Amino acid sequence: MNGSAAYVEGAVDYTTKIPNNVNLAEDGRVLKALEQWHPGYIDWWMSMGPEGFQASEVYLRTAVSIDPKGWAKFGHVKMPEYRWGVLLAPQEEGRLVNFGAHKGEKAWQEVPGEYRAMLRRLLVIQGDTEPASVEQQRHLGKTAPSLYDMRNLFQVNVEEGRHLWAMVYLLQKYFGKDGREEAEGLLERRSGDVDKPRMLGAFNEATPDWLSFYMFTFFTDRDGKMQLESLAQSGFDPLSRTCRFMLTEEAHHMFVGETGVGRVIERTCEAMKAAGIEDPFDIARIRALGVIDLPTLQKKANLHFSLSLDLFGSEVSTNAANFFNSGLKGRFMETKIDDDHRLTSAVYPVLKFIDGEIRMVDEPALTALNMRLRDDYVKDCQGGVNRWNKLIEKAGVRFALSLPSVAFNRHIGEFAGVEASPDGKLLTAAQWAKMRDQWLPSSGDGEFIASLMTPCWERGEYARWVSPPKVGVDNKPGDFDYVRIHAG
Amino acid sequence: MGIALISETDAQALAPRPRASFIDFQTEPSRYRHWKLRFEGERAELAMDVDENGGLFEGYLLKLNSYDLGVDIELADALQRLRFEHPEVRVVVLKSAKEKVFCAGANIRMLAGATHAHKVNFCKFTNETRNGMEDSSRFSGQKFLCAIKGTAAGGGYELALACDEIILADDGSSTVSLPEIPLLAVLPGTGGLTRVTDKRKTRRDRADAFCTIEEGVKGKRAVEWRLVDAIATTSKFDAAVNAAAARLAATSDRPVGAAGIALTPLMREIGETSLTYALVRVDIDNAARRATITLQGPASAPPADVAALHAMGADFYSLRLARELDDAILHLRANAPEIGVIVFKSEGDPARALAHDAFLGDNAGHWLAREIVNYWKRLLKRIDMTSRSLVTMIEPGSCFVGILAEIAFASDRAFMFSGRMKGDDRPEATLALSALNFGPLPMSNDLTRLQTRFIGEPESVEKARATIGSSIDASDAETLGLVFESLDDVDWADETRIFLEERSSFSPDGLTGLEANLRFAGPETMETKIFGRLTAWQNWIFQRPNAVGPEGALKRYGSGVKAGFNRERV
Ligand SMILES: [Fe+2]
Ligand SMILES: [Fe+2]
Repeated sequence: MNGSAAYVEGAVDYTTKIPNNVNLAEDGRVLKALEQWHPGYIDWWMSMGPEGFQASEVYLRTAVSIDPKGWAKFGHVKMPEYRWGVLLAPQEEGRLVNFGAHKGEKAWQEVPGEYRAMLRRLLVIQGDTEPASVEQQRHLGKTAPSLYDMRNLFQVNVEEGRHLWAMVYLLQKYFGKDGREEAEGLLERRSGDVDKPRMLGAFNEATPDWLSFYMFTFFTDRDGKMQLESLAQSGFDPLSRTCRFMLTEEAHHMFVGETGVGRVIERTCEAMKAAGIEDPFDIARIRALGVIDLPTLQKKANLHFSLSLDLFGSEVSTNAANFFNSGLKGRFMETKIDDDHRLTSAVYPVLKFIDGEIRMVDEPALTALNMRLRDDYVKDCQGGVNRWNKLIEKAGVRFALSLPSVAFNRHIGEFAGVEASPDGKLLTAAQWAKMRDQWLPSSGDGEFIASLMTPCWERGEYARWVSPPKVGVDNKPGDFDYVRIHAG
Repeated sequence: MGIALISETDAQALAPRPRASFIDFQTEPSRYRHWKLRFEGERAELAMDVDENGGLFEGYLLKLNSYDLGVDIELADALQRLRFEHPEVRVVVLKSAKEKVFCAGANIRMLAGATHAHKVNFCKFTNETRNGMEDSSRFSGQKFLCAIKGTAAGGGYELALACDEIILADDGSSTVSLPEIPLLAVLPGTGGLTRVTDKRKTRRDRADAFCTIEEGVKGKRAVEWRLVDAIATTSKFDAAVNAAAARLAATSDRPVGAAGIALTPLMREIGETSLTYALVRVDIDNAARRATITLQGPASAPPADVAALHAMGADFYSLRLARELDDAILHLRANAPEIGVIVFKSEGDPARALAHDAFLGDNAGHWLAREIVNYWKRLLKRIDMTSRSLVTMIEPGSCFVGILAEIAFASDRAFMFSGRMKGDDRPEATLALSALNFGPLPMSNDLTRLQTRFIGEPESVEKARATIGSSIDASDAETLGLVFESLDDVDWADETRIFLEERSSFSPDGLTGLEANLRFAGPETMETKIFGRLTAWQNWIFQRPNAVGPEGALKRYGSGVKAGFNRERV
């Protein structure tokens, strides 16, 4: 995978210490900066990465090319030896800025001075989420329900690590001294730490169990996808190219989440049927079977959906307007949208809390971009929920999962100060307190789920609360040794 | 003006309309909407918790602890009560009651919609309030510690700058910033630029960088650049604040075991063309664009001792007069913009007035007497800073003595009646000076009004000092240079009428500029720089299309559309 591969268009150069397709070998300054950053990264990975599995051999895919058809190569790797690198999608000839005040100008290959601070902030916020989720998930290996799941967890983890590399490369290449300082800062903050928390709320929440992990990768990684999609539109070409490649990896994370929840659903329905339980709300009997009841799945979805919505920021946002107008962050599928791509006179409907009620109000489209991206996100989530409901329907259980109202359980934006039910009705604090445990996981729910989290590390075996996958990774057979566990 | 870094705004701003018929500077803690005061022995906590629906005008929301004049009126009231009602408080911890934001500065929607006159007034009042915090620290032994968690942007950081010390949370997200230039194309005009260089003594190149970094500075760099005194992690933040507060309190000379006095509500009657208080009357002549403020002298002798003074509390003459005059001046500034000339008159017994001065002078070591003199100092500075022509008419029966004589010295012109008016049995007009005219009531240039007046003839100050306690008639006052002109019965009416009519005919802008230049001879201080350099530049920038034109940064702020600038450097 080195040698001749290095000469192929789009191939990754493994001759340098840091695999890359950006010709680092001839960019001494950035190569040096990355090499200096590297030991700190490894320290971080060893102390904050997957706990207890650093010596295990994991069947991971490593990027060897950026050609969508053949970019990955699978093999057993010890995680600390994973070849993290800097990979950008290929440069498009003649790419333009496609939106905002600079629409039609040539895409920037260097950072425009006036946008330097703004862009840096965007990169740091995005960058901060990548190591955060690794930290949040570091204890999960111990309770993995199968080697297959364990391998998927670690794959997600190493790729989040690589996403951090991607952001750090941009910071070090284009943002000078400040960029190097920010790159250090990304290794210093810690998820959930009182003194040095990660920047965004959802990334300081615990991921206590595997159901949370599936929900997180479905809902929160999907926020990541939406953010990357809109940054992939950027007029700053290196950022666009970076995000386009990251999206290919992100797709796998959401696959893990969607199929994870799907497999829980299948297992639950199957167990209910076998035991002759028709009522999905017969929770005690269902739980006695050692599977997770569907109403609890709904609560988990409610929690992760609402936390992820907070990541979109305020519905009406000057920052979002500035990012767009400056050509730095576009909309989801920007180039496919049929409008002037400047939005200086357009409006967009925003759900707001006005005079004690929830109402749709037209706001200038420029300032409503967070709202718009969130709407696209909700649609994307709904697709996944529909597919889950197909599984339930197919199993013949009368139950449907749904997304709660965007006003439900919010801490940022229009609905931060109010309480609302999942169907969007406003509640008093007392009503909320009374109903909270019906809608969000209670401590009892948490204890029940925790009681199921016992490791299942035999080849080809699965914990009894989750079904096996339909197909193995890289088409491997069911009893494949995805992880060869060695203490460490 | 301190400008808010408000990243989330309502895009459609309506033109601000006042919610009340006039702007009232009187309030009290039970009516506060934006501040929370908590007392704990020698320490008070003043927490900013702005009610976003509590703006003074309609059409904007005070999000993220951004402020308007109404918020600052409450702050000024709280500070005043801390001085008088709480002698036990040695340190005030200024903080935010909101999470993630300390204070986002002056509300931009409010500024964008306000009239120029309102902006200037707002700016002046907020500056006076912050200067007052420094005055409290230096002269009243009340120290200020600013505990910043979250964003302190623009005016928010400027508020912090007025404190003795600043502690910033080291949590990776708390920052201090002056983003006015990059964000709004205006200046951090509430003392920000001046205090960064002259008080914090930040190196000029770093100050230059700081003022152009929109997101501000945090953590170690904020300390290294002298923008804050210390940083503390979230888990150690409260302990660091407590330690610094205790250390600051230990430097205070506030009395132990003293009880405060209540600042009871002022008696005030607002008529069509008049404002009447117990000791102050304002008569407004709209046609002549003139207000006459008449001050009553004391009705009785000063109290026998400080215990009696304390028992009188807010009813004590000198304190009541100060509070009423302060309110009258603020009222005219905010609610009577077209009044171009303020004429000061007084009525009373000069000997009694002098006795009050002597009482305050003799008891300068007592906290309450000290507080009253400090209040007069700030009030007289406020008069100096009032952009109206100031005229004192020293007539028969008046009592421009000691503190009250400072009003004559604060005026652009003082005219003194010589002799008696026909058919008038009031005593002849006299002036008298007290020790208070020679030190405790400096102007913002740190000189007394007499030193400033006689900047080129210091011997005249000494001649004046030699008259302390004695009565000075019109011709002596003219000889001593204490008044512009003495006029007898033959000339008085005509000369003063012609002067006032002529004054009213000049350009108001020209006069404002003229007076502001002539009033402050002598050295620069931080205060004179803040008003004379910073505010003046700010007000110029605020008039320019690059800020307020249709494509200006202030107008476009929040829309996401970039400002269009006229690139010509002026
Ligand atoms: Fe990622
Ligand atoms: Fe991800």
